[in-house]
Amino acid sequence: MTHLEQVSPPPVRPIVIEARGIHKSFGPLHVLDNVDLVVRRGEVVVIIGPSGSGKSTFLRTLNFLDAPDRGQVSINGSLLGSTMRDGKAVPLSDAKLSTQRRQIGMVFQQFNLFGHMNALDNVRCGPVHVLGRQPDKAAEDARRLLALVGLSDKETTYPAALSGGQQQRVAIARALAMEPAAMLFDEPTSALDPEMVDEVLNVMLDLAAKGMTMVIVTHEIRFAYRAADRIVFMENGRIVEEGCPASMKDSPKHERTRRFLKQINHGDMRS
Amino acid sequence: MWDWGTFLHYIFSPYLLTGAAISLGISMAAMAVGLVLGLIAALMRMSPLWWVRQPASLYVWLFRGTPVLVQLIIIYTGLPQIGISLGVVASALVGLGVNEGAYLAEIIRAGINSVPKGQFEAARAVGMTWSKTMRVVIFPQAFRIILPPLGNAFNGLMKTSSLASAISMEELLRRTELLVQVKFKVLELFCVAALYYLVLTTLWGFIQSWLEARASRSVTSRPLTPSVATKPINIDNAVLSHDAS
Repeated sequence: MTHLEQVSPPPVRPIVIEARGIHKSFGPLHVLDNVDLVVRRGEVVVIIGPSGSGKSTFLRTLNFLDAPDRGQVSINGSLLGSTMRDGKAVPLSDAKLSTQRRQIGMVFQQFNLFGHMNALDNVRCGPVHVLGRQPDKAAEDARRLLALVGLSDKETTYPAALSGGQQQRVAIARALAMEPAAMLFDEPTSALDPEMVDEVLNVMLDLAAKGMTMVIVTHEIRFAYRAADRIVFMENGRIVEEGCPASMKDSPKHERTRRFLKQINHGDMRS
Repeated sequence: MWDWGTFLHYIFSPYLLTGAAISLGISMAAMAVGLVLGLIAALMRMSPLWWVRQPASLYVWLFRGTPVLVQLIIIYTGLPQIGISLGVVASALVGLGVNEGAYLAEIIRAGINSVPKGQFEAARAVGMTWSKTMRVVIFPQAFRIILPPLGNAFNGLMKTSSLASAISMEELLRRTELLVQVKFKVLELFCVAALYYLVLTTLWGFIQSWLEARASRSVTSRPLTPSVATKPINIDNAVLSHDAS
């Protein structure tokens, strides 16, 4: 409840995700150019921007699915993917990085549910195989999470027999099962049929209301206005502007932000 | 003259039956060796590091590019010249296994590559290490795709194992040849051998179909409970209507 009414969270809240000076290139393409972002506990940050602005890549650097070329990401104060030794950053082993990744849940555009596991096994897979929980105990927790996303009746169903919206909700439950400190959403509704978008966004609103720390890349501007504590506008691999939904909506400082929001609102009018 | 009596008599000959069992045994052992080598080579060929990829590529190129009969003869009669003496069975196992591994490497690699990249990323995002991702998420799904060509490879291997007779391994074909030299019933005895191979591959065909049906069952299975349409959780459609992009 609390933070939905707040314009921005009080600064006393601890920082969960801190990204500093992130650079990333794919070949000659400079996708991310010195991007900074700080996300505090319970905050919902929505990243918007035109296609190719680097917002998805930036999200993927936050859990090192794409390791940044330069810059640092910290989760709950500890450096991700590398450790400082004699003033130099030394890459961490795969095992150590994997342990760090447990703290961040991720939801993908294409759901990426494990095709050979039913919904329940998808959700408890992480706790069982990564955290070493008892399968029975993990099943209990998984059932609770499936209920949370409204899919209690689908636990034995395989992904192939689920609709896109249902798959995405199972994917959210799968990420939540690891009890992450923060959740990343990479265009979670972009691959969905229009009638299924709301069921996923509602689950996300529910999570936000429960105080989950979230970073969301999306084109759903109305969702952003409603759910975000802060909206970040990215273009050409840089953060152009960020602010609370009200100020972004009514008085964006930059011309490019204004143009983008106008364009995207036009899209809304059509639908 | 075709002699039915001889043919029927040797169908149940313990000598040839044992030979068939040896053929089956060496095939299974060579398949096991091939699977291990094939898996290692497949993973090596997917490495981002060229010095890991190259040896595996060389292996596949070399053993797929030369006849297995030549490989067997080199291993059994050639290598002793440089001090590597393997027995008959060891030579057959190494020759057939190493050759099979080169073929299986390609099959396994194709299977792993056919699993969507998103599966790998999702497993990593859940916090699985590379090896756990492979074991828990990638291999089980790749296995379904690999199974049919793998079954065909084993069918082929059971027949290819007859080449071990050329290095005097006493498997089915070699035993048949030895018997022919004594009994002079060329056609009948070789037909018995052919029949044994046919029985082996046919039985394997049944097992393969069963395995494939089992493997595909999990993914195609429908929900156990009748599907109930999930009712949309409407909150505020005016606020939450989506844009066209």
